Amino acid sequence: MAGSLQFDLVSPERRLASLKVAEVQIPGAMGDMTAMEGHAATITTLRPGILRVAGGADGAKAYVVTGGFAEINAGAVSVLAERAVPLEDVTPAVMDALLADAREAAAITTDKDAAAKMLADFDALKIATQGH
Amino acid sequence: MPSLKDLKNRIGSVKNTRKITKAMQMVAAAKLRRAQDSAEAARPFAERMTSVMAGLAASVGQSDGAPRLLAGTGSDKVHLLVVMTSERGLCGGFNSSIVRLAKAKIIELQAAGKTVKILTVGKKGREQLRREHADKFVGHVDLSEVRRVGYANAQSIARDLIARFEAGEADVVTLFYNRFQSVIAQIPTARQVIPARFEGATTNALYDYEPSEEAILADLLPRGVATQVFTALLENGASEQGARMSAMDNATRNAGDMINKLTIQYNRSRQAAITKELIEIISGAEAL
Repeated sequence: MAGSLQFDLVSPERRLASLKVAEVQIPGAMGDMTAMEGHAATITTLRPGILRVAGGADGAKAYVVTGGFAEINAGAVSVLAERAVPLEDVTPAVMDALLADAREAAAITTDKDAAAKMLADFDALKIATQGH
Repeated sequence: MPSLKDLKNRIGSVKNTRKITKAMQMVAAAKLRRAQDSAEAARPFAERMTSVMAGLAASVGQSDGAPRLLAGTGSDKVHLLVVMTSERGLCGGFNSSIVRLAKAKIIELQAAGKTVKILTVGKKGREQLRREHADKFVGHVDLSEVRRVGYANAQSIARDLIARFEAGEADVVTLFYNRFQSVIAQIPTARQVIPARFEGATTNALYDYEPSEEAILADLLPRGVATQVFTALLENGASEQGARMSAMDNATRNAGDMINKLTIQYNRSRQAAITKELIEIISGAEAL
């Protein structure tokens, strides 16, 4: 079944995906959420995690995203991720590079709580991607 | 009056120069297309980002809890100017126009009694500013090893800027770069990134925010700075190639004109030499 929700995934450098899907699972800063057609209009920030879409024309897809935000409307979801990599391309080496970058960012930030949370999210993400 | 041989050498050397400028023009044209493509590809993200932030800023901006990146430090004593220029020359007035705008701004700020600091990106601008303003340099970003500017480059510059802002080393940060309009027109632009400024803000009041509006804004503002730096770098990259292309096009045309002029001069001198020889022969024969 082709979905009825317009899904856009945009990174600073290019548009990574733009397709019709049935549902989008978003790793929100306050917890995961799944958006389907008719979702209340919401803007949420992302935590480092796995973004999954299902019900697209060519099946389910998953992306590893780092920070950014998602804009959800009744008929469309746009995810603006600072980094987004298709899950199948995430090798341990890629993950380590992301992690190193996150540590660098954490080292200079003044908000230590947020930095600690971000690193914890990255660790969880690393474990989650190891199955692939 | 140069000799025939000199003229011939001269024509040869101008022809070589024309070959080089022609090649540079073609390379710049190819690079320009790539630079324009990446600027184009980066636009959706930057536009969305700005529109969402503008909406948030409009609703949060007035409250006391507004993030420092939006509200500022409360003073505007120290200005940090980020002057973005190219790493290579031979691109016409590209670097000079940015530097001219930055210098005008420096004079204006100094007249108003502000402290000015300069961070340069690209060595050409640094060379031009060094003569008068070397004492104001606080840093330099070298992109000469970077073949293609990526978001990571912008991110590291943005982190540096934010760190300086947080450390109280700067109150206002402004980017100087060339906005790409067309191959023949690049507009030197000054854009204030910290504290953030949004024009034509519209409230997107219909959204639920998770977490709060303030938290989202605080999370997005640093990313917004990186996005703006990235946009500026890409625009600058496209402008540089555009400027180089038109500069090299002019140079190629000038070389062509010069070759024509030299060839006419060469032919004239050759003709004069032949005529002179003929006169010598005829007058020699008549003398007998």
